[in-house]
Amino acid sequence: MTLPETIPLLGFGWDDLLFLTFAAAMVVAALLVVTMRDIIRCGLAMIIAFAALAGLYVIAGAPVVAAAQVLVYIGAISVLVLFAIMLTQSKIGTRELVFQTQAVPAAIASVLLALLIGLVVVATDWPEAGARIWTDTTELAMRLFDQYVLPFEVVSVLLLAAVIGAVYLAKRDRGEAD
Amino acid sequence: MFSGLDNISQSLEAYLVLSGILFAIGSFGFLARRNAISMLMSIELMLNAVNLAIIAFGAFSLSLNVDASVIALIVIAAAAAEATIGLAIVIAIYRNKKTPLVDEYDAMRQ
Repeated sequence: MTLPETIPLLGFGWDDLLFLTFAAAMVVAALLVVTMRDIIRCGLAMIIAFAALAGLYVIAGAPVVAAAQVLVYIGAISVLVLFAIMLTQSKIGTRELVFQTQAVPAAIASVLLALLIGLVVVATDWPEAGARIWTDTTELAMRLFDQYVLPFEVVSVLLLAAVIGAVYLAKRDRGEAD
Repeated sequence: MFSGLDNISQSLEAYLVLSGILFAIGSFGFLARRNAISMLMSIELMLNAVNLAIIAFGAFSLSLNVDASVIALIVIAAAAAEATIGLAIVIAIYRNKKTPLVDEYDAMRQ
């Protein structure tokens, strides 16, 4: 059985429906991340936002980046954030104020920023924008390990340094009470 | 009926506007939240917004297509390093000050 070309009743394609679904899920989850009171729920909403973003990468034709997004963000960074939340939160924390005193100016500035970016994007005539292209994974691998092999190695050294630095920063000093 | 949404997944502008909205949400969270870990999560949202813009440019330009994926992968790795160090610093500060709220970190002001 094959799906019809466009969605019945709505009249636009499946890609568009998926794009709108993922976009809505991502924006709602991101808003929940920055507004919810319970920070564990913020972390879980962040996972939803990352997953929706991985779906958007697939629709944009970059499956390798989508896979990396799932592995690194959902698999690693979210778990790291959740563990850090569990290490640093107390029960009293959830009853306190969520926002700083500058929350209202920050909200106004962010809305202005979104409007400005949207205006610039819509007003600009993107000269090279053609049809959507799928990234060829074989060519990506060739490029990554040939032309971009130096940045690749530098990033691996950066990650190693970050891991060692994190262990050094977060380790408990010998003899420290608590 | 939904004529404005026709072929929305085929337009560069839709991805870029979405990325701008996500970046603005992240910047709001970074400016407004009191909890240090919430601020780090907002930074992750902003990094993801930038990644989405990079991927969108790559998806609609033949000369950028493969390079955009390479850049996005490197940004993801750098973001992982940033999250690791940031959370380690938050945990180290929490051990000294016993609070994750950034407006109570005022040792340099006294």
